[in-house]
Amino acid sequence: MSVDVSSTDRSKRHSRPGAIAFRAHDAVVEYDRRPALRGATLEIETGEIIAVLGPNGSGKSTLVRALLGLTPLAGGTVEIHGQPPRRFRDWGRIGYVPQRLSAGGGVPATVREIVASGQVVRRRRLRRATAADREAVTEALSAVGLADRAHDSIHELSGGQQQRVLIARALAARPDTFIMDEPLAGVDAASQRALADTITALSARGATIVVVLHELGPLEPLIDRAIVLSHGRITHEGAPPRPEGECARPGHDHVHPHAESDYSSTGPPPAVPTFEVSRGD
Amino acid sequence: MVIELLSYDFMRRALLAAVLVGLVAPLIGTFMVQRRLALLGDGIGHLALTGVALGFLTSTSPVLTALVVAAAGAVVIELVRVRARTSGDVALALLFYGGIAGGVLLIGLAPGANNATLTAYLFGSVSSVNATDVYVVAGLAAVVLAVLGYFGRELFVLCQDEDTARAHGLPVRLLSLVIAVTAAVTVVIAMRVVGVLLVSALMVVPVAAAQQLSRSFRITMALAVVIGVLAALGGLSTAYYADVAPGAAIVLIALAVFTCAVVVGRVLRRYRHTGRTSPIEEKRAMVGTMPQTESGSVSS
Repeated sequence: MSVDVSSTDRSKRHSRPGAIAFRAHDAVVEYDRRPALRGATLEIETGEIIAVLGPNGSGKSTLVRALLGLTPLAGGTVEIHGQPPRRFRDWGRIGYVPQRLSAGGGVPATVREIVASGQVVRRRRLRRATAADREAVTEALSAVGLADRAHDSIHELSGGQQQRVLIARALAARPDTFIMDEPLAGVDAASQRALADTITALSARGATIVVVLHELGPLEPLIDRAIVLSHGRITHEGAPPRPEGECARPGHDHVHPHAESDYSSTGPPPAVPTFEVSRGD
Repeated sequence: MVIELLSYDFMRRALLAAVLVGLVAPLIGTFMVQRRLALLGDGIGHLALTGVALGFLTSTSPVLTALVVAAAGAVVIELVRVRARTSGDVALALLFYGGIAGGVLLIGLAPGANNATLTAYLFGSVSSVNATDVYVVAGLAAVVLAVLGYFGRELFVLCQDEDTARAHGLPVRLLSLVIAVTAAVTVVIAMRVVGVLLVSALMVVPVAAAQQLSRSFRITMALAVVIGVLAALGGLSTAYYADVAPGAAIVLIALAVFTCAVVVGRVLRRYRHTGRTSPIEEKRAMVGTMPQTESGSVSS
């Protein structure tokens, strides 16, 4: 019931109701001939907040990377705002938050430099940053609560703070379509709540947000729809699975392997999906 | 003292060439170090040697043939790096040795040239730089500066993280080639001054020194250029007065600056950390030469 209410609420916020931000049809990804994603089909409307859930190695990251065209497909198709990644040109609309700060050089860089680099597409060549550009960077830094660390080297920050820098980098270009790959990993509770607030604000502006999560945590009330993966297949799509019993304990390590069950072929999912607690993956 | 140096034509040309090299090599070097390709310059340098020998063999300008072979080699290295991820370093090693062996083999075939001819290119011979060489070096340096100025922001994003560059819609493959070819051009510029065996040192050592003292990419780059230019000038003057090899003197001065920078950097970081972080964290940050906090937060 609550799902119905929230979906009607959301439809009002859609910039163009019914427009598709991401579409995948039977997308297959293989790493060294071993399938990591075995035929994913999905549609994500603009303005939706989608959680991609599943245990380690279930293909969550692979799915979102495939949606952006970062990982080549071995089969099937994906579209970003109606275009295949190769033909897509409007990359300024995309905000990508990778799982972690990459090796990114032995060369130091300040937090502000990293965040400003998120504007690479919108900045004019051979021109200095405009006041609006700088303002957007400052705003992005404030949104993740790192305004006071702007001139520190990113390597001096903790893992959770680096994660927030990556989120700020995605915010800096003011995109409307976000892919966040485990933005909560290693992030303390206060930062998690800050991210929830950020997502709420982005959503109010009509942004599409696809967020890979290990557990829903403080983002749970914001999620419109969850896509659950297991062994490279989408095993559940719909209302976010609600933890109960053992799994509802705070700090519980959630695992969502709806293994070997395919709801799309057997009708609607049960109101309360079953959880397995063991991490036998 | 400087006046005395400048009174000689050959010394004026040598100083000009050295300053240009000291300026350009650390610029492209900063991107290469950021991309963890510090040894790319070395590989290209080895290949340039084959190009030099090819020049003598075909009686064309060795600098021109070195430029062509080095640029082609840089493209091949880049393609190999992308295609064969698993054996990338082995593939690079094959190119290194192929470059040296090719150079030695071809120079033997060239009439009137021998291994001693190559020595000037292996270790540099800045005093034999003529006016044409200076124009070529200046022209190539201008090209490198223009390319880095034009693509600077994109290259920063690319060298930071290729996936993010792709998610910004940047032409990752083209930009990778831009870095590789720009590095090749820089190698050829620096070849006459420090020699192909030490080219990479001038690209990497000033950057390694600068990053000890800086928290920002821009400042690291600027400092590296200052260190590069000072080392080039200092090394050349030392070579003139003490009658030692200029290339070696330049590189050793850069290494001396690096050593000082490590010490100063430690003191600086200790000073910065005082009052902000706990002693345990401070100790942890001191372990490496690079300030890093959480182990594992930066993937390798």
